[in-house]
Amino acid sequence: MDVRDGRTVKGVHFLNLRDAGDVVELATGYSEAGADELVFLDITASREKRHTMLEWVERVAQVITIPFTVGGGISSEHDVEALLKKGADKISVNSSALADPGLIERLAYSFGRQCVVVAVDACEKAGVWEVYSHGGRQPAGRELFDWVREVEERGAGELLFTSMDHDGSRQGFACDALRRLAEQCAIPLIASGGAGSPADFYDAFTRGKADAVLAAGIFHYGEITIREVKQYLQEKGVTVRL
Amino acid sequence: MKTVIIDYGAGNLFSVQTALHRLGVRPVVSCDGREIRSADRIIFPGVGQASAAMERLRSSGLDRIIPSLEQPVLGICLGMQLLCAFTEEEETCGLGVFPLQVEKIREAEKVPHMGWNRISGLQSGLFEGVAESEWMYFVHSYCVPDNAYTIARCDYHRPFAAAIRRENFYGCQFHPEKSSRSGERILWNFIYGKIA
Repeated sequence: MDVRDGRTVKGVHFLNLRDAGDVVELATGYSEAGADELVFLDITASREKRHTMLEWVERVAQVITIPFTVGGGISSEHDVEALLKKGADKISVNSSALADPGLIERLAYSFGRQCVVVAVDACEKAGVWEVYSHGGRQPAGRELFDWVREVEERGAGELLFTSMDHDGSRQGFACDALRRLAEQCAIPLIASGGAGSPADFYDAFTRGKADAVLAAGIFHYGEITIREVKQYLQEKGVTVRL
Repeated sequence: MKTVIIDYGAGNLFSVQTALHRLGVRPVVSCDGREIRSADRIIFPGVGQASAAMERLRSSGLDRIIPSLEQPVLGICLGMQLLCAFTEEEETCGLGVFPLQVEKIREAEKVPHMGWNRISGLQSGLFEGVAESEWMYFVHSYCVPDNAYTIARCDYHRPFAAAIRRENFYGCQFHPEKSSRSGERILWNFIYGKIA
């Protein structure tokens, strides 16, 4: 869930944000509907609005019964400590890790590797996967597979990979890139960006070799339920918690 | 029913606390020996490094209090591991309630083991109303091998004890506070159920 001022929003290719509902309400719904984990990215987490973020994180922690990750504007141990105290299980860093890769090491050391998720947004340009920062707005000058190798070496516990070209497209995940990442990584790989049908999830697990799959838009607007996706996966022989 | 969550500066007490709130339990969070001894139920959580956690238990005297408790005690994750005699994590001696050794997970390519796995062989009132092969949420790099005290098993590239029991002491490797409705049921059973 992308969150702005306590509301869930959803864009296409990282643009044109639409309101998708109250974050606590949606979180409760998904927790009950069979989601295995929830991921929240506060996309307007400026310094001034920090307290708003902590406030909804605490409210989410009070109502849901499954693990959740929070990201957005995290750049120090202090930020992480505040979020964990409000009940987040893991935190996710993206732009701040690109600007200061040592942050990954410091967070893994202070809070344990299991709690540090590194989110990477990338898109393919002329055969090269380029990493972007700041919600997909700025090229980071890093190549995806190289950056991911560094991220893992520095102590990330999980990798959340979003293909910006696929995000919001409903055309399926970037399975070729996923597979390369999965073959390279010894940490769990979460696929994000492009879920449109249950078959897309199946592809991400089988062709893409992802350990987990993340989707937002298709669930927010109720076009398909988590249960339907899981039932499909189970019928196809993928082990899921149903 | 007075429930105390032992606070020794290790880990995420908030999750356990909010899970209990959802069950209508108002736990006392404390590191005070008298407070802990006066409880009907005691939860011993823990996330983080074993040696640092043991150090804090020793410096607060909790290392002597915890093993002497006679009420039901539930160690969660690192809490369960610290109830054992020894852990390979930084070669640390634990509280010795269970004469067991905690081992590093060496068999798996991906460690820590993070995520949902099924537990089976459920043998305790702790699992009343919980289906055999139910899913629980795990986050750990070390595990207790299957043993005589096992009351639930799990498998992640090797079999290990998902939960153990010795008299009034219980331990679970998974996080019931993060394991959806079935996890909540386990916490409910620990607080209100016939587990003695």
